[in-house]
Amino acid sequence: MSDFFTLASLVFVVGSGIRLATPMLLAGLGEAIGQRSGVLNLGVDGVMLLGAFGAYYTILETGSAVAGILVGVAVGLIMGLAYGVITVTFGAEQGISGIGIYLFGLGVSDLLFQKQVGTPLPIRGFSDWHIPFLSDIPRIGEMFFQHSVLVYMTFLLVPVVAFLINRTTFGLDLRAVGENPAAADSLGVSVARVRYSAIMIANLLAGLAGAVLAIELGIFQQNLTNGQGFIAIALVYFGAWRPTGVMAGALLFGLVSSTVLQWRTLGIVSGAASSLMAMAPALLTIVALVVISRTVGQPSALTRPFDRGK
Amino acid sequence: MTETRLLELSGITKRFPGVLANDDVDLDVRVGEVHALLGENGAGKSTLMKILFGLYEPDSGQVLIEGRPSGISSPADAIRAGVAMIHQHFMLVPTLTVAENVVLGLAESGWRLDTGSVAERVRDLSARYGLEVDPSALVWQLSVGERQRVEIIKALYRDCRLLILDEPTAVLTPPEVEDLFVTLRQMADDGRGLIFISHKLDEVMSLADRITVLRDGRVSGETTPGETSKEELARMMVGRPVQLVPDKPPLEIGGVRMAVEDLRVVGDRGTEAVAGLSLEIRSGEILGIAGVSGNGQRELAEAIAGLRAPAAGRVLVDGRDVTGAHPSEVRSAGLAYVPEERMRDGVVGEFTVAENVMLVDHDRAPYCRRGMLRFGTIGERARDLVARFAVKTPSLETPTRNLSGGNIQKLILARELSGSPAVLIAAQPTRGVDIGAAEYIHRRLVEEQGRGTAILVISEDLDEVMALSDRIAVIFEGRLMGIIDRSEVDVAQLGLMMAGSSNAA
Repeated sequence: MSDFFTLASLVFVVGSGIRLATPMLLAGLGEAIGQRSGVLNLGVDGVMLLGAFGAYYTILETGSAVAGILVGVAVGLIMGLAYGVITVTFGAEQGISGIGIYLFGLGVSDLLFQKQVGTPLPIRGFSDWHIPFLSDIPRIGEMFFQHSVLVYMTFLLVPVVAFLINRTTFGLDLRAVGENPAAADSLGVSVARVRYSAIMIANLLAGLAGAVLAIELGIFQQNLTNGQGFIAIALVYFGAWRPTGVMAGALLFGLVSSTVLQWRTLGIVSGAASSLMAMAPALLTIVALVVISRTVGQPSALTRPFDRGK
Repeated sequence: MTETRLLELSGITKRFPGVLANDDVDLDVRVGEVHALLGENGAGKSTLMKILFGLYEPDSGQVLIEGRPSGISSPADAIRAGVAMIHQHFMLVPTLTVAENVVLGLAESGWRLDTGSVAERVRDLSARYGLEVDPSALVWQLSVGERQRVEIIKALYRDCRLLILDEPTAVLTPPEVEDLFVTLRQMADDGRGLIFISHKLDEVMSLADRITVLRDGRVSGETTPGETSKEELARMMVGRPVQLVPDKPPLEIGGVRMAVEDLRVVGDRGTEAVAGLSLEIRSGEILGIAGVSGNGQRELAEAIAGLRAPAAGRVLVDGRDVTGAHPSEVRSAGLAYVPEERMRDGVVGEFTVAENVMLVDHDRAPYCRRGMLRFGTIGERARDLVARFAVKTPSLETPTRNLSGGNIQKLILARELSGSPAVLIAAQPTRGVDIGAAEYIHRRLVEEQGRGTAILVISEDLDEVMALSDRIAVIFEGRLMGIIDRSEVDVAQLGLMMAGSSNAA
């Protein structure tokens, strides 16, 4: 245990915790926007898998990480359009539709991987960008300022999303539609348009999250996300539908994961114990959700389709 | 006709499967006028207004605004055409501020939210029309009266020419109603047209310039307050003469049948909803509880009926202490309960009429033997009660939710009164019920009083409380502000008490 509490080890844990938090944070921010409009998407994990495979395959073929990112985003948008048609246009039950999206993403991403790639080959993503001056600060620089550009971009997105929700007209429409769609409709706000937009943004970010995950890991395999999309949904509840809350949850989760990884590496836990420890983050989330989760903040119209006639 | 017609609806017809909701309806609103639209539930008022507001498309007929076809086919079009509507259930987002609610949906506001300038204009409008409200307050923190002011400000902010108000006074105290009427009159004088939908005849008579009455989708009369009377309006609405105030027989008051002593009840929000309340009701007496909703009425009724455990105090029914007892014990002590939320607490909507009649007695002989229901006797009983209480239903096997509000209420009353109770609690007995059914329910309550039952009537409708009660207790924030005798009732004083000033007399 004393190995773990060395400065070098702790710095490493914080640094990799931030890295691990990144895909969950991206997907969680998207899901928060979607839920604020009153739409629950349980299919985040499936969209992440599709985005991850799309990015991975593109990079494998073209060698361009930027192209990979773009493909991940595009896959997310296509899935968002599909989910919008299902839940907004047809008003289908959101819980079950989301599970359908998840299973679709899980199956199709694996099928394409087996057919197109077969054996996992590594890809090269973005090299870490050491921010001038800041990255030179001892320890601090190593923890916070020696990451991939994707990590910085994701954390910069937190205030952007908060601004979008709280300070723009679109954000006002979004909040109104999620709380009382009939009121928004009576004032001429198109509930369908707002919900479609929110779903598209949410899925775009989920696809991007998958792409980031594949690029950071440099690999693809069956069920690469390992349930991170579901954790992203939990983070939205954990963070009480606020971007900063989602970020806090993602960081907590990332740190616990990286701690467990470090304990394994250092042999502090081993064998069956280490598998047990791998569950720790999930367990922690459940405990945190039970203790912290508040129902205040939950959009009142969440999961409820809007039909003007009723 | 020299007066400008702001709105002209002509020959509006709208069919739904099996129902003719509007049948060749004409209605016009002039500049500067308050036009009242009267009618029973299902008479077609809401359909007509939804057509005007672009929520429904008429099958035939024309909507003209200032002489031109309105071209309204969505709420957004309606707002652009200067039409605003204040719905009975407020169209506000509780988690947003007043200013955010006002600016919601306004295209001119740009992509960035600027609630500062909105708040300023809201304050201007507040001052001009006497609509006091804080623009930065969150709507869920506001009282019902304040929320309504927000709705009116929303309409004014959009500079509406025509304002539709759907039963705007249903949730207000008498002083709030007076303030509202002053504001509405001022809005009309500023050159707007107002459509005032209501079933409260007093209010229609005092506010409206003209009155149009709808019955069964057709216009059954157009008149002015000067040319008509409340009785005539009621006749136009129902299609037959209606007795608005039931004849009360001479009082024969007996001993105390129900008592509540220093009752304290905690509400859903964890605060004390009933704060030390004492009451006595005698045999053959109707005690009415007047008050604005949310002042502890629901919690009081639930605590007496055994549906909510009191924190302190005692409840006695026919001499038996039933404080905190199970609802079945309270019932066997002689209590009958007509709940406020009839679809939630009064009947099971999916159950048939016969099943709902039996909800209380189904486990007792002769309706049940060795745990098996006996459908023969159940059917007989249900048929008998449905006939005796004039419940209009296609059959005993009809799902109860398909019945109208008035018939569901009659069904509940039939079930509750069939056991000859010692005490009856009737909460909002005629809310959302047609005038015809309300007349019937009032008559049954007075009859029941004649049989020596002690009756507690809880109602937000002050006219109803005054028509039925021998004594009126006013409740405010869970406390009694005083009890007034039928002979000494003064509406102004009741209004003050409902707003929290205690009985000085």
